[in-house]
Amino acid sequence: MSTWAAVLAASVIAFACKLAGYSIPPRWLAHPRIIRVTAMLPAALLASLVVLQTFSTGTRLVLDARAAGLVVAVVALVLRAPFIVVVVLAAGTAAALRAAGWG
Amino acid sequence: MNDSRPTPHPDHTDQARRAVVRQGLSVAVATGLYGVSFGALSVTSGLSVLQTCLLSLLLFSGGSQFALIGILGGGGSVGAAVGASSLLGLRNALYGLQLAPTMRPTGWRRYAVAQLTIDESTAVAVAQEDRSLRRLGFWVTGIGIYLGWSLTTFLGALAGNALGDPKQFGLDAAASAAFMGLLWPRLRAREPVAIAIVAAVVTAALVPAVPQGIPVLAAAAVGAVIAWVWPGAR
Repeated sequence: MSTWAAVLAASVIAFACKLAGYSIPPRWLAHPRIIRVTAMLPAALLASLVVLQTFSTGTRLVLDARAAGLVVAVVALVLRAPFIVVVVLAAGTAAALRAAGWG
Repeated sequence: MNDSRPTPHPDHTDQARRAVVRQGLSVAVATGLYGVSFGALSVTSGLSVLQTCLLSLLLFSGGSQFALIGILGGGGSVGAAVGASSLLGLRNALYGLQLAPTMRPTGWRRYAVAQLTIDESTAVAVAQEDRSLRRLGFWVTGIGIYLGWSLTTFLGALAGNALGDPKQFGLDAAASAAFMGLLWPRLRAREPVAIAIVAAVVTAALVPAVPQGIPVLAAAAVGAVIAWVWPGAR
């Protein structure tokens, strides 16, 4: 039930944001600082999500096979691998380590 | 931004139009591929196949979708998941602002254009040299991604359902890599790198100290403050 609430609320808000760009007067949004903050928010949020998804279990910080997967993902990104390859390599790394009994 | 100047080539060659269509479709195919990973990760985060597909059809913004399922799957609250997802989607409003003079949508098209306004459709559109090619780039990329992303999400969701234990297949590490893959192209200047590092440190520091879902919102707040005061900001 709460998952449904999240899905629907996030969808409505996302659409409202998209529509706002075409609807509200440009001068409301065109302030340089507002543009800068909006443009930089994804870097902060995604970096935070990388840490959460890789190094946390509930409210504990942990180091397990996910960290090795992330290292491999970064190497693949440096080598300009496509997104899907990056994701599959990270999953494969973690899966292999777990099959070998670690993490 | 300014489309009032006369268009240099009012009727461009078929060649130019074909090049834009090719560019849009190749972006759509590449994006469609990671719809599979979104679909699989979403069902292993506890969403149903229907909920997963509705996210791609209704929310339709990759980063926001990954954030929502990542936080819900990690045990975060609905508020934290919706909050992070929505903050990530704020940039789409800026894209709309940028595209409004080109698209000038009216009637029902207004809603279609808004829904298709995402990173990729904006990037392909603004890369074109005149208004009619920009519009073509927007529509081809936007519709191509919408169809491809929705279809591959569904396929990924079915695959994820069939996999069983997500950890055995490293799907939790796949989610880490997905966030890193979305972050990576943004790290081209000093400011986003600094913000990303601070956000990561804030998150790690807060995880053991506050309820789940709060660290990501705190990291967003700190990132916003840094962007606000960054030297050179006016």
